[in-house]
Amino acid sequence: MKLGKFHEQGDIRTVTTTTPAATKPRRELSRTDAIGLAVLAAFAVWVLFSFISNPTLFAKVLVIGISNGSLYALVALGYTMVYGIIELINFAHGDVFMLGSVIAALILEKLFNQTESNPTAWLLLLVTLVITMVICAVLNMTIERLAYRRLRNAPKLAPLITAVGVSYILQNVGIKLNGTGSQVSRSSVLPKSKIGLGPIDIEVKYLLVLAITIPLLILMTWLVQKTKVGKAMRATAQDRDASRLMGINVDRIISYTFAIGGALAAAAGLMAFQINESTRYDAGFRFGLVAFTAAVIGGVGNLFGAVLGGYLIGIIYALTEGAEGFLGAAWVQTMVFIILILFVTFRPGGIFGSNETEKV
Amino acid sequence: MIKLIVTMVVILAAVGYFLHARRGLSPTRAAVGGACAAIVAVAPHLWIAKDTESIFPLSTMVICGVYALFALGLNIVVGYAGLLDLGYVAFFIFGAYVGGWYMSIYAVNLNESFKFHFLSTANPNMPGVHLSFWLVLIIAAVVAAIAGVVIGAPTLRLKSDYLALVTLGFGEILFEVFRNGGDIFGLNLTNGTKGIGPVDSIGTGPLDFIPGFKDKVTAGPLDLQPKYYIILSMCLVFIWVSLKLREGRLGRAWMAIREDELAASLMGVPLMKSKLWSYAIGAVAGGIGGAFYAQFVGTVNIDNFQFIVSIIVLCSVILGGMGNVWGVSLGAVVIMWLNYTGLQWTSDKINFNLKEYEIGIFGLLLVLMMLFRPDGMLPAARAKQVKQAEALTLEGAPVGGATA
Repeated sequence: MKLGKFHEQGDIRTVTTTTPAATKPRRELSRTDAIGLAVLAAFAVWVLFSFISNPTLFAKVLVIGISNGSLYALVALGYTMVYGIIELINFAHGDVFMLGSVIAALILEKLFNQTESNPTAWLLLLVTLVITMVICAVLNMTIERLAYRRLRNAPKLAPLITAVGVSYILQNVGIKLNGTGSQVSRSSVLPKSKIGLGPIDIEVKYLLVLAITIPLLILMTWLVQKTKVGKAMRATAQDRDASRLMGINVDRIISYTFAIGGALAAAAGLMAFQINESTRYDAGFRFGLVAFTAAVIGGVGNLFGAVLGGYLIGIIYALTEGAEGFLGAAWVQTMVFIILILFVTFRPGGIFGSNETEKV
Repeated sequence: MIKLIVTMVVILAAVGYFLHARRGLSPTRAAVGGACAAIVAVAPHLWIAKDTESIFPLSTMVICGVYALFALGLNIVVGYAGLLDLGYVAFFIFGAYVGGWYMSIYAVNLNESFKFHFLSTANPNMPGVHLSFWLVLIIAAVVAAIAGVVIGAPTLRLKSDYLALVTLGFGEILFEVFRNGGDIFGLNLTNGTKGIGPVDSIGTGPLDFIPGFKDKVTAGPLDLQPKYYIILSMCLVFIWVSLKLREGRLGRAWMAIREDELAASLMGVPLMKSKLWSYAIGAVAGGIGGAFYAQFVGTVNIDNFQFIVSIIVLCSVILGGMGNVWGVSLGAVVIMWLNYTGLQWTSDKINFNLKEYEIGIFGLLLVLMMLFRPDGMLPAARAKQVKQAEALTLEGAPVGGATA
């Protein structure tokens, strides 16, 4: 692995503070970088064209994109932390997100009987948020304990297949709780009003999503950067054996990582069902793949990158789906996966990472 | 009955051949293998396949055969060369659409009056392109192999997790391209979600010239027995190819890459060339399996090519025993039997609807297998050797040059 190399700030693998880029020599633009810049420039022109041809629609779509992007960011964080710490693409993570939305919907509707938008419902929504986060954190820890821990030193395929298996088990739980129906509608308790900003109407619910997710993201950054547990997490991600020698309980730290990832996914799940007013047992898998793409864009293992990637992919997703001059909803997957393939092939380290090849 | 006896004799001859080829085989294993071979050969005539209510209907057997062929193809990529591929469905899509394009009236979507027939069973007045099934198989193989090389060339230098993601991405993109392909710049390339159909039947071709054959065997769209034997022989050919390849130079190169890529390249194994070959050959199985599937189902519908296909094929390979041709075939048969018949049949017997728990059971099976029998139902010989070597090392036995 990339031992002995310091990463940019916010990287989960960084233990100590990094020295600023002063030591970095100026390097010439490689051919891949040049092509990448050209592609970026072309994409920027495309976006600009869309903006000019219909500014109102563009702004509206942009708000949706940023709002969805924060959900992708929350889920992407779970992927990136788990990958950073045990190098597993946790295919089940998207389904934890799905279960989060199903459980939250059941608690809010069945337990609290809230289907209308009023102050009591908003308060209970926050209570539901906390309960769901706890449930999903415990769920994710249990999955790690039962399924992944035994396979930590097994060949790489084994945990990956196990993750796929867990994903299907969770989907089945989703079916049992939520029904097989393709779309089960759930009532949202968020206000349906709109705020007018000049010619643009912004739905309040999208702003509320930001109001809930951004504090979570800040809390998360604080947790990883400033607390002792966070420090132990970063140490474990960088070198598991060395951390163990330093007296860190690696198993417990990995458990914590899964717990945090599960809690964030649950928060994203709750907000997703509040926005879409529906849940679906297989919604998690696709959502998870998109979120993982976000993690790859930011550089897998890099927390700040995952958040940025989440917003980027959210915006691109929304633009492709709704904005003028883009391909339309039928091509969203293609767009997302082309981005994934381009990044993985040409910049496996993500936006911030270097594209050096791995040395032995 | 005469047919049955003839097949038995053929099988016994084959078993004798294999016994001769591998003298190291223990008598029990040889006997079990021979019995299995005989059962597979006469399966369509047994009581288990009497009708659609039976425990193993003929249509399920054919589907099992198709997926066994896929598993054999993926086994070359994952099992032999050690490259993780999560987008095997891509080759299935190509094969099936080649089948649809060249064996149906689809071409009228491009040109109203276009008509081209070549050794086809279709009505000569029908418009569209109608080629012989066997020719279409070859085209599908070539197209899939090219697709394998095109997908593989830029991506095969990536390390395992990233390779898995890129192949997954290609599979998903292809799915969407073919789904939206009903209108690409005004061209109808795939007929979109409506699908392509009906696909021509295979027919008996030159076998009709054998006196009396035409009266005995019919191979229309609804005759499943000929299809069973066709897919069975396709699987057997692919098993033979796999075994031959594994013993050969290419197979040894794949295994060297699988065990240690760096060491292999230092020993002069051409990495890219070997990897591309594994991709291309693995893709061929997907292509011909896809074309056969299109013919078997009779229509090409994009809904049959979801991501879960890639997962099922990968799971067949891993549950069956990565690297072991018999194991991966068995894995595919077990999974597809559960999927198509097994769960329903058991549910009817115990009066409890297991179908509701279908994907959960599938997931649980994967997790339990990985935890308790990670080498699969029939592990490859190599996996056993590694296990023994590890056991020796753990016991503190001298670790000389003997360990692999």
